Amino acid sequence: MRTELFLSVTGVVLLATAVGAGSPAPPANATISGKVTYTGTPPKMKPIDMAKEPSCAKQHATPVLTENVATGPENALQFVVVYISAGGSQAEPSTQVARYDQKGCQYLPHVLPMQTGQVLQIYNDDQTSHNIHPLAKVNPEWNKSQPAGSQPIDTKYEKPEFIPVKCNIHPWMHGYFVVLNTSHYAVTGQDGAFSLKGLPPGKYTVSAWQEQYGAQTQEVTITGAETKTVNFTFKALPY
Amino acid sequence: MTLNKVLVTVALGATILLTANPPSGFAQDSHVGNLSGSEGSGKQLYRRFCVGCHGPQGDGNGENAPWIDPKPRDFTAATFKCRSTPTGTLPTDDDLYHAIQRGFVTTNMPSWNPLTPQQRADLVAYIKTFSPRWKTEKPGPPIHIPAETAVTIESILHGRELFQKMECWKCHGPEGHGDGPSASTLTDSKDNPIHPYNFSTGSRFKCGETNQDLYRIFMTGVDGTPMPSFADVIQPNDAWDLVHFLRTLQVLRTQESTLWKKYVAEHAAEVKPIGPNAGGGR
Repeated sequence: MRTELFLSVTGVVLLATAVGAGSPAPPANATISGKVTYTGTPPKMKPIDMAKEPSCAKQHATPVLTENVATGPENALQFVVVYISAGGSQAEPSTQVARYDQKGCQYLPHVLPMQTGQVLQIYNDDQTSHNIHPLAKVNPEWNKSQPAGSQPIDTKYEKPEFIPVKCNIHPWMHGYFVVLNTSHYAVTGQDGAFSLKGLPPGKYTVSAWQEQYGAQTQEVTITGAETKTVNFTFKALPY
Repeated sequence: MTLNKVLVTVALGATILLTANPPSGFAQDSHVGNLSGSEGSGKQLYRRFCVGCHGPQGDGNGENAPWIDPKPRDFTAATFKCRSTPTGTLPTDDDLYHAIQRGFVTTNMPSWNPLTPQQRADLVAYIKTFSPRWKTEKPGPPIHIPAETAVTIESILHGRELFQKMECWKCHGPEGHGDGPSASTLTDSKDNPIHPYNFSTGSRFKCGETNQDLYRIFMTGVDGTPMPSFADVIQPNDAWDLVHFLRTLQVLRTQESTLWKKYVAEHAAEVKPIGPNAGGGR
């Protein structure tokens, strides 16, 4: 409650500053939305055998599938990160906490986007030990044990990077931290849809990144309070 | 073309080549005890002794690298196994100096004790030129190692419970033979297969011999490998208990293994095996 109050007060102050600044700041209320789909045949996702970790296996009525190319109805592509890769002003530091869970020997969410410097909290909700090992190359690479019932790990990343995350104890666990320079990002759901809200007028480069198929970009120009539709199509290969 | 013109062209070309290939962008030094190492001298030594495996760019792709397993260290990543500093941070100059001096058992990296201390310090300075992280970051604060607790059978038994509870056995195996259920799936950060340490072989530990060295490994982890840091999740006394238990897994006759053998001889029925269905208790 206290935090909420504090946030709303900050919000009012910020608004007041923006209004009082003289030249009217352009309203940031445009939206870029769309859908990410695939053409071709994506690989079949394989069922994961968790027999070596009974405490996790019993949490899933049917075996969990791998998620490197997750698809939905009407050729939708899930877990694609769509973000503003160029254009717009410097991003404000984020006050939100990015939360990453280890539950049923899976990473939830599979792909977690966050802003540089944003607080990242990693939870172990399982009855087993995990070791969380983000394989960073630009940022420092660390590897921490997190036994059942231990405190969440509090951390952050300072440089933009796509970081594969794995658990060495449970080799089927794979995920991604996507560290971005922008506060405008989204991950597609099962329907492949995304929307980037609150954009001021300007020229933007919109990028879509999928862990197996790489990145695509499109240029978009925003002139006022409008909703622009941008769709991405990835070519899926069956292997 | 006159001879003069040719000379000028050659000279110009040489100048461009020299300026286009700056050594590393910044000068690096190292400080180990009273010694100060310099990048320049280190470079000469590196080209003579290290380049064959670690490569001219320091990326671990020397001409011998394809035939070496585990692979030579890639200095451009600035990720090091044996540190006194927390996981994800740079090692101290002393850590690098001791790694060069000690070498890495069970790998192709020999001990460089034949070099003089000054030469080893110079090499440390040069190794730090391969990653820009050394320019912007400082080594992490060294792990504090408190005084070792007494070696007692209680300590060993509690360490054994922790070996079960912390799930060390999942990689290192119920008997410490490096054959746990996850062992065959392990890879290092470059996706090369890697084996967990087998305590029963009698080979020395990679990052030092003493109980303090073993304690430090729990707290720092072995960066670039599957071995994580337990610094946030284990208390100092518990870590010492785990050290005392690990000594009983070795074939060497130690104070710990003598105590443990005596206990097992007297209480065989109470010692439950470690593994998925066991409590790891007495």
